[in-house]
Amino acid sequence: MSPAPDYITGMRPQDILMPGPAGLCCQPGGFHIDPVRPVSRAVITHGHSDHARPGHGAVLATQETLDMMRLRYGDNFAGRTQAVAYGEEMRLGDVTVKFHPAGHVLGSAQVAVSCDGIRIVASADYKDAPDPTCAPFELVPCDVFITEATFGLPVFRHGDAADEISKLLASVALFPERAHLVGAYSLGKAQRVIALIRAAGYDAPVYLHGAMEKITGYYRSRGVALGALRAVKGVKKADLAGTITLAPPSATSDVWTRRFPDPVTAFASGWMRVRARARQRGVELPLVISDHADWDGLTATIAATGAGEIWVTHGQEDALVHWCRARGLAARPLDLVGYGDEDESDAVPAAEDAEA
Amino acid sequence: MNRFAELLDRLAYEPGRNNKLRLITSYFRSVEDPDRGYALAALTGALSFKHAKPGLIRDLIAARTDPVLFALSYDYVGDLSETVALMWPKPADSGDVAFSSCPPPRPSPARGEGDAQNIEQPPHNKSSTAAASVSVPSLPAREGQEGGYHGQSGQEDRQPRHHHNNPPPPTLTEVVTTLRSLGKTELPGQLARWLDELDETGRWALLKLVTGAMRIGISARLAKTAAADLGDKDPHDIELIWPGLAPPYLELFAWLEGRAAKPINLDPVPFRPVMLAHAIEDADFAGLDAADFIAEWKWDGIRVQAVSGRDARGQMLARLYSRSGEDITGSFPDLVPSLHLPGAIDGELLVLRDGRVQSFNVLQQRLNRKVVSPKLTKDYPIHLRAYDLLGEGETDLRTLPFVERRARLVAFVARLNDARVDLSATIDFDSWDALTAARRDPGSAGAGDDAEAVEGVMLKRRDAPYLPGRPKGQWWKWKRDPHIIDAVLMYAQRGHGKRSSYYSDYTFGVWTSGEDGEQLVPVGKAYFGFTDEELLQIDRFVRRNTTEKFGPVRHVVHEPDQGLVLEVAFEGLARSPRHKSGVAMRFPRISRLRWDKPPREADRLETLERMLRSDRAVPV
Repeated sequence: MSPAPDYITGMRPQDILMPGPAGLCCQPGGFHIDPVRPVSRAVITHGHSDHARPGHGAVLATQETLDMMRLRYGDNFAGRTQAVAYGEEMRLGDVTVKFHPAGHVLGSAQVAVSCDGIRIVASADYKDAPDPTCAPFELVPCDVFITEATFGLPVFRHGDAADEISKLLASVALFPERAHLVGAYSLGKAQRVIALIRAAGYDAPVYLHGAMEKITGYYRSRGVALGALRAVKGVKKADLAGTITLAPPSATSDVWTRRFPDPVTAFASGWMRVRARARQRGVELPLVISDHADWDGLTATIAATGAGEIWVTHGQEDALVHWCRARGLAARPLDLVGYGDEDESDAVPAAEDAEA
Repeated sequence: MNRFAELLDRLAYEPGRNNKLRLITSYFRSVEDPDRGYALAALTGALSFKHAKPGLIRDLIAARTDPVLFALSYDYVGDLSETVALMWPKPADSGDVAFSSCPPPRPSPARGEGDAQNIEQPPHNKSSTAAASVSVPSLPAREGQEGGYHGQSGQEDRQPRHHHNNPPPPTLTEVVTTLRSLGKTELPGQLARWLDELDETGRWALLKLVTGAMRIGISARLAKTAAADLGDKDPHDIELIWPGLAPPYLELFAWLEGRAAKPINLDPVPFRPVMLAHAIEDADFAGLDAADFIAEWKWDGIRVQAVSGRDARGQMLARLYSRSGEDITGSFPDLVPSLHLPGAIDGELLVLRDGRVQSFNVLQQRLNRKVVSPKLTKDYPIHLRAYDLLGEGETDLRTLPFVERRARLVAFVARLNDARVDLSATIDFDSWDALTAARRDPGSAGAGDDAEAVEGVMLKRRDAPYLPGRPKGQWWKWKRDPHIIDAVLMYAQRGHGKRSSYYSDYTFGVWTSGEDGEQLVPVGKAYFGFTDEELLQIDRFVRRNTTEKFGPVRHVVHEPDQGLVLEVAFEGLARSPRHKSGVAMRFPRISRLRWDKPPREADRLETLERMLRSDRAVPV
């Protein structure tokens, strides 16, 4: 604790959380949030590889996030780990930390950091749209809201994911002799797409690229119902006619696709809203399904938190900062480096590619 | 409108012809009259209304969005219609209601489907988060912010969609019929109402429709073929009756679905299915007698059918069709006055300057023009070179042997007596050797100064009737040998559709002396000409010799001693300021893989420049 009384020091938000070379740093708490370099104490919001990296001294995260890191990096991904439940309050140094569901993927959390009566919420990646595979986004009132801006332009409005799944199933019905290949990020998006396909009443087996078998198995072990799943490896080409296969986005344009009969290439991503992006990737069936908040979601959430100050991280910061300022909110871009958008970075390791 | 929008959306991404047909046919099958008829009209370019200008669309969006956000969005998306379709705000009425009726900081159980989701969570979580969320309300701050938030909010998005006063989105029929009758001043208001009612895809399709810029890679022919597929009919049959039909084509669909007889074409200037030639191979000559054939030059222009006739009131009509039956009269109004005698000419469209046939590159300036200005018709004077006469007055000549049709054509063109229409000359020859010589040097075999525009030789049996399609043994085309150069593979790009896992689009270059010594400069791009086996070989080479990746493009090694030489065949060259090399190839394709040749021995830019300057030299 600071030796001097509050009315003299007057803690400011930037004294609590500050961007640094390793990421967002909480000096009074002695930890970083989603650090991009190895640090002694890390608080991790969710399991995507740009947020959850190996090599930290200690990691505090939800049980699901810790499990996912273990699946990806092996048992020794950190010196020490500690699981935290949503809503559980923890004291770290001079600050209090509390995890709230972010609705992004299974186990994803927003981190509320409170100190001296100031509450900052680092929301990392979040979405306010329904997702049957993870806990729904929770609105946490705060003084400073740190928001992502992946889809921070008013052209990004994701719509109802169920409508996109109808598009996919209509195409499967129209082209029964072709295989449908759905590019989807292997952690979160793939499982959500499968769950949505089931919700739409499709009950045939769904095929999986080898790179997503492990993580999908983990989702099931956490009670997410996904129906009949099959590995696509070893299945005869002719037998894949009329089926749906999920694969990492990068695999849908690779030699791997030659095992499918005249495949229809789909891609489930918020980027599919923009035609040029879909065409550039050679996507024939774009599915606008995103695990990030869209423009309406970002702006509605920012307003609803009641925060007077908004810090904008990775994505289209300019537009969102402009929007905030036009509404009289103090807003600034945080210029954190090292966070991407998972759809653009889901490369299949060479070995897996060959096997899958 | 939404069904049509979905179709356009899907078509815009689908690369395969057969799959496009399936999509369109499936649409025709599941959508009722008259919507599907107007869709067919939109796809065949048969709709005509005064199109909205981009300025109008800009004004509409400017009145509704923040200019900075619009600029950032437009910059990102790059297409005006699409940007507007995506960022068009939801109608404001429901937004206000949704927002003021529920207090903004909603705790999580009210917001998501906390109970519906199928993940097990420790029970204490829910209660504690709910309590925590409501424990720090900062209401004054929020109320202050609400003012600027109306109508922009996405809040109503998340509400169940049961707004009162929300009219249903317009049907395609409503849109088309309204647009036809709408005055200029009413257009912005009507457009805004529709944009309010439609979803993103619907808005995009509407804006494409009203600006007249569909550009989704569907030809009129393809759309008609899809319609024919609906009733297992021959697309030729649709082509024949098409000029007598009008949107929404009720009688056409009735016939296709077997509910009515085939519509009769009462059009006085109908299209007749075109007769096409087979490419001749060296071996074919052995079985053919030179005396049975008439030879003409194959001109490098556009094959057309020019039809004139009188309507019921005796009014003279003229129409120009492409070889697939598309009405292209609108692009060549300057030719219409020359078609003043009832008849149907099969011929080639060319640009003639001072009596000399210009290259295809020059003719290209006249193609796909929306507006044909007086300057354009003056600078690119259009000309019809007549090959055949299919009808004269009321008489159908197609069953006559070619020699007889030719005799009538000679007389017809003489009677027409118009500088813009002339006769395609025949080539004198008495043996295949003589014709081979003529083909090698058209200039001294009668083509004179126009030799450069000669693409080869046509052979027509003297006794051949005019038959639709490509009948065997009647007409032969004998193209001149293409130009050939050896170029070096520089970049490779993945193909589309079935080829999306193959590097099948190749950029190739030739050597030139630059500031840093010898360097390769790209001169063209080709994506066919190779066999399936060769594609596999090149694909493997590309993957193993990639030096850099830029998205879907791979930079392939191209050093003097390392790289792949491609033999590229092409039909012609033109100067092009858009290409770094200054030249553009026509119809380039990969004719051979030169694994044996080191890149340093590939051709030089000077060779191409020489080809540009000289008359068309015969390649060795």
